[in-house]
Amino acid sequence: RRIHNMAFTLYSLIQAAILCVNAVAVLHEERFLSKIGWGVDQSVGGFGDEPGIKVQLMTLVRSVRTVMRVPLIAVNSVCIVLLLLFG
Amino acid sequence: MDYTATQSGFRQQPNMRLRNTSVDGPGDSQLFEDTSGAASGAQAGYSNQPAVPQAAGFPAQSILSDPMSNLAMAYGSSLASQGREMVDKNLDRFIPISKLKYYFAVDTVYVGKKLGLLVFPYMHENWEVSYQQDTPVAPRFDVNAPDLYIPAMGFITYVLVAGLALGTQNKFSPELLGVQASSALVWLIMEVLAVLLSLYLVTVNTDLTTIDLLAFSGYKYVGMIIGVVAGLMFGRPAYYLSLLWCCVAIFVFMIRTLRLKLLSEAAAEGRLVRGTRNQLRMYLTMSIAAAQPIFMYWLTYHLIR
Repeated sequence: RRIHNMAFTLYSLIQAAILCVNAVAVLHEERFLSKIGWGVDQSVGGFGDEPGIKVQLMTLVRSVRTVMRVPLIAVNSVCIVLLLLFG
Repeated sequence: MDYTATQSGFRQQPNMRLRNTSVDGPGDSQLFEDTSGAASGAQAGYSNQPAVPQAAGFPAQSILSDPMSNLAMAYGSSLASQGREMVDKNLDRFIPISKLKYYFAVDTVYVGKKLGLLVFPYMHENWEVSYQQDTPVAPRFDVNAPDLYIPAMGFITYVLVAGLALGTQNKFSPELLGVQASSALVWLIMEVLAVLLSLYLVTVNTDLTTIDLLAFSGYKYVGMIIGVVAGLMFGRPAYYLSLLWCCVAIFVFMIRTLRLKLLSEAAAEGRLVRGTRNQLRMYLTMSIAAAQPIFMYWLTYHLIR
């Protein structure tokens, strides 16, 4: 059945979102980000000029790492339990 | 007896006024002139109901004239209205109902005009959403305003038409409707999220809200439905022809609409503006518009034999 193969359900969207957030949160500040020039200190921009794409991405990565750290623990453990039971 | 009536009236008057201003806003009477009045009238009737008719003439008169019960009733009604207010406020914070109302303030003429615009956007001259005192005019007064009625109805119709198309191929089963709906919904969410992310990355300061984006990406269902229905009736060539027509139409529609929202003032008017920033925004507009035909083909090609 071709339909079932292409079907991309809400469940898989949630899974993909959790995996993506995990992938961002796992990036390490000193071991990885600062080596490719994405560290905290490299993002200094002037106050007036609009930030570029790279600066925006760095801000996003840092915000996700800061905000999502604690909730991700809970979400991941719920996921693990659910997958163990039903997956 | 008089005292009860006046007191309850006095207690509820400010409540009502507060509700009307806080939840519906001053512009609401303009959005829903006919329904809103009726609703607030009904609400007034509802909130007065416990006090007035019972006080008017019931066997419970003797109990009601007791000052303690008066106090209890006033207290109870104030508690109830407070609770309702709290629920309304919290609901409004999570789901912006008063904002959503704006997107459904449509009428038949608007829907007809907008559908015409989605299929044939080439003759339309003025694409700007008109404003009235800093708030955009309701869709029923301005054909350029985004609405959610057409996307919502288009989504439902698309799912049903998909079921019909699968039925003609003898592949229908009830759970396929759910699969179709879920899949279409996921692609819609993905598109909106991708657009939101790219808007953030390019740092566009625009007045586009997430609901606006949802509305704009929901307009493609109209073209998809037209394509699938044509394909069901006249075969595969008709499907390709009508889908091509609708794809080009929605491409033009999206570019003309989003250009005003994403590009800076000067660039939107057609003058050339130098700078990588504007170029990026132009590419963003182009790619949002170009994604529509891809989604339209991707979500319909398996429905036509």
